[in-house]
Amino acid sequence: MSAAVMEGAAGVVGTRMRRREDAALLSGEARFVHDLVVPGALHMAVVRSPYAHARITSVDVSAALGMPGVVAAFSGADLAGEWASAMPCVWPVTADMQSPPHFPLAVAEACYAGDAVAVVVAGTLAEAQDAAGAVAVGYEELPAAVDLEDAASDRFLAHGDAPTNRAYTWELVPDPEAVRRAFEDAAVTLRARYVQQRLIPSAMEPRGVCVVPHPFGGEYVVYSATQIPHILRTLLGMTAGIPEGRIRVVAPAVGGGFGSKLDVYAEELLCLALARRLRRPVRWSEERSEAAQATIHGRGQVQEIELAADADGRVRAVRVHLLADMGAYMQLVTPGVPILGAFLYHGVYDVAAYAFTCTGIFTNKTPTDAYRGAGRPEATYAIERAMDALARKLRVDPAELRRRNFIGADRFPYTSVAGLVFDSGNYEAALGAALELVDYDALREEQSKRRTEGATKLLGVGLSCYVEMCGLAPSRVLASLNYMAGGWETATVRMLPTGKVQVVTGASPQGQGHVTSWSMIVADKLGVSPEDVDVLHSDTGVSPVGLDTYGSRSLSVGGTAIALAADRLVEKARLLAAHRLEVAPEDLELSGGEFSVRGSPSSTVGLGALAFEAFSAHDLPEGMEPNLEASATFDPTNFTFPFGTHVAVVEVDTQTGRVDLVRYVAVDDCGNQINPLIVDGQVHGGIAQGVGQALYEGAVYDERGNLMTATFADYLVPAATELPGFTLGRTVTPSPSNPLGVKGIGEAGTIASTPAVVNAVVDALAHLGVEDIEMPLTPERVWRSIAAAAHEPGGDR
Amino acid sequence: MIPASFEYRRAGSVQEALGWLAEDPDSTKLLAGGHSLLPLMKLRLASPSVLVDVGRVPGLSYVRDGGDHVAIGALTRHRDLETSQVARAQVPLLAHVAGQVGDPQVRHRGTIGGSLAHGDPASDLPAAVLALDGTMVIDGPHGTREVASSDFFKGFLETALEPEEMLTEIRVRKAPSGWAFQKFNRRAQDWAIVGVAAVVDGDARVALVNMGSTTVRARGVEAALASGASASEAAARAAEGLDPPSDLQGSADYRRHLATVLVRRALEEATATRG
Repeated sequence: MSAAVMEGAAGVVGTRMRRREDAALLSGEARFVHDLVVPGALHMAVVRSPYAHARITSVDVSAALGMPGVVAAFSGADLAGEWASAMPCVWPVTADMQSPPHFPLAVAEACYAGDAVAVVVAGTLAEAQDAAGAVAVGYEELPAAVDLEDAASDRFLAHGDAPTNRAYTWELVPDPEAVRRAFEDAAVTLRARYVQQRLIPSAMEPRGVCVVPHPFGGEYVVYSATQIPHILRTLLGMTAGIPEGRIRVVAPAVGGGFGSKLDVYAEELLCLALARRLRRPVRWSEERSEAAQATIHGRGQVQEIELAADADGRVRAVRVHLLADMGAYMQLVTPGVPILGAFLYHGVYDVAAYAFTCTGIFTNKTPTDAYRGAGRPEATYAIERAMDALARKLRVDPAELRRRNFIGADRFPYTSVAGLVFDSGNYEAALGAALELVDYDALREEQSKRRTEGATKLLGVGLSCYVEMCGLAPSRVLASLNYMAGGWETATVRMLPTGKVQVVTGASPQGQGHVTSWSMIVADKLGVSPEDVDVLHSDTGVSPVGLDTYGSRSLSVGGTAIALAADRLVEKARLLAAHRLEVAPEDLELSGGEFSVRGSPSSTVGLGALAFEAFSAHDLPEGMEPNLEASATFDPTNFTFPFGTHVAVVEVDTQTGRVDLVRYVAVDDCGNQINPLIVDGQVHGGIAQGVGQALYEGAVYDERGNLMTATFADYLVPAATELPGFTLGRTVTPSPSNPLGVKGIGEAGTIASTPAVVNAVVDALAHLGVEDIEMPLTPERVWRSIAAAAHEPGGDR
Repeated sequence: MIPASFEYRRAGSVQEALGWLAEDPDSTKLLAGGHSLLPLMKLRLASPSVLVDVGRVPGLSYVRDGGDHVAIGALTRHRDLETSQVARAQVPLLAHVAGQVGDPQVRHRGTIGGSLAHGDPASDLPAAVLALDGTMVIDGPHGTREVASSDFFKGFLETALEPEEMLTEIRVRKAPSGWAFQKFNRRAQDWAIVGVAAVVDGDARVALVNMGSTTVRARGVEAALASGASASEAAARAAEGLDPPSDLQGSADYRRHLATVLVRRALEEATATRG
């Protein structure tokens, strides 16, 4: 741990302390929304369109109303008067972006299979579900825009009254002439097309909502499995026409989000409106197969990337065209997801000319939105796959090609061609460490030996060097991207009369271990044990101001706000200590939670004693307010840029197409580490999720827009049995973007691992002529690629 | 994921279960481990009005050496079969296959009788029983009858069991060596895309998982082997006469190809381990 982080040595920061959250989670003591006991609560069941695209000709709830236990049932038309506005999208990326109105219940047209068309409310969940089956909805099926590229042609329109499926086109072309010239002058050019399949986020806990009205106070308590209680409160109020102050949002224990709970969902609004209308608590718990359709999907892009390079492989220009699948509607930040990757398609390489264009397209499928990494995994995939392809074309080792193109360690802060300032980095060091850990040269030898022997189990080695921008986000930069809110975070740190510490944060964790990390920071600042630091979060009643958790921001932004507040608390305590010890404040030193007078070490006073004095307020310096507490809001001046190199080693069975991931090395640099054990955990989970995209996962639709992968028997999420032990390494390059020097690690594993694994499989088969295999790399796809390459002359290696 | 409402009865004996079955055989289902039936009910693909739970009927969970065969009680859970000393010594194929079903939670609940009676062509145990030339012992209102495993699997989720009957015991030929099981799936806990159970002990019996609407014997392979073909020559006939399914995990063509690869591997392995 760098000395810059903490005053005083020998603290807990930097140690592998076990997570404080785990005992409650593992013992079942933690309460999720579904666990909450709410007397008198009604259960809501949602009737969903079985058609991807249909005109709704009638909704008849009369039979449902006659079913046992049913209290109410409503169509979209019945509830139309409940909404002050359509559901929110806060990121209109261009001035002319199209966004069809999206209401919690569709009224005239269902636009994806799973689109909500009616609700039933009953005394028990079983009664509600039975009655939902009795709602008679008349549909007239319409042609569906399913395939992304087909939808881009406007052959079928996703919304009946829209002129086109095109939502927007967003461009980042700083110097078109430079790009044109670079491609004209290039010794080598490369053009590749990659498909980012749709992913179903699959958090361990599906969504859940319970809204408890307090009719006499006119207040609503909204319990929701959400990442964004604060943003949700504001937007629920605006959409349902309720003053913000009358809504309290509580996110109890939340079982994972990965971005899928970074949204304002129809069911949250429906429970709120029904609680208002019926004056009773209304709750809804999402089922797993329902979640596959009703919760956002991730990815969903077709990428075209071109590189222009010198004969020695120095890349001079990168040109990218994306088609991005919005799904049927704009959810909270749907249009912005590709834009989060737009600046990073040149990866870790020093490139002088850059052109990026993205067109967002509506389809008759579940809306897409942010999913772990959001835009950055897609960008990293495209450039890292393309770098491997360029290496093959030039017959250069892929590690060597990367070295020739890295942004040098001496170039930071580095202003990129896309306009970002990369805060700090040392890409070559991370690559070197990873190659050493994996014993790269020995692997290449083994690979070549197997090829020579004609083995049916071929070896492949895949590299992925990544950089991401996270620590969302500097508010001024968000303004320039048309995002409607800021990127700051708030914190209050309070030392209670007993010397225990209470922290209030506007961030809202879902299992990451933030409470552990935050309390470690505060513990070292204030000389207490982490167990003595209580962190209040995820309840707008106790933490009224915040911007919540996403984009690897909760340490670099949220944690920094906490650290700053703790520093301010110390400064207040210093004034009080000076008053008490009758010395000048600048003569005091703080160590282990105790102020001592420089040069007179026996003259001391502890923070705990000062906290009590500040509480009793019997003898405070002139003008000092009682209580030992301080608040801070941190708005970063820049993003943070974590980076690293991942190496995947696979065995490919050429007879069956089966891919076995046999080794995995990850060297990540997330700046200073508060708790390396938590960093390990985030990297582990991230790798698994990225391997999922590479080899196992994919939302499959049939041509009429039916989701074929709505159960875990069809949508394959890898388990521990599919993964090797991971070898983790780390380099530490502190970030200058925040005083903690931290960068964020929540998304890195997902960003890096997908291209590493696919590069490894293609590497294993490249000598047979295989250049690309579409994700997920199922055994059948791999087998067919081998067979196709065998029949195609000109496999060039 | 909430099943339609149903009546639940817990049987104390086979006779009691058979009596309840006879009352309304078409809308009554037997419940053993529940790992096939309950998911169907939760998805409302099955809605029996009465569930007769036979899980606690005594005396139907055993693995016994029957001299020339091994007898397995229908309520024997996969985990008990996997770890049975008798099974491991006399029919290691069956013990091994029981250890390949689903995941540990499934194996601690699911039963061999339930798996066979369900008649799912994607299940592993039916192939093992076919390759071991098994016999099904079935109790019904008119007494006990025996059905050869080769006559038991009739169609997709359809067996020779009548609605008022109950499978009580499975008998398999001893095969202490010369066996192999190849299961090809994407994740450890998944059903096989294709699976192969092979026993080579004088004659050869090869059964295939997920290569048609029922578990099937690879008759072409067996005939080829009987006429002296090599493993790879015989394996080339693995998909002969079969009509495998196409689904998200693999097309019919891919399954045909996999069958040839996996049968060859199974035959080579079985031959190599023959004692």
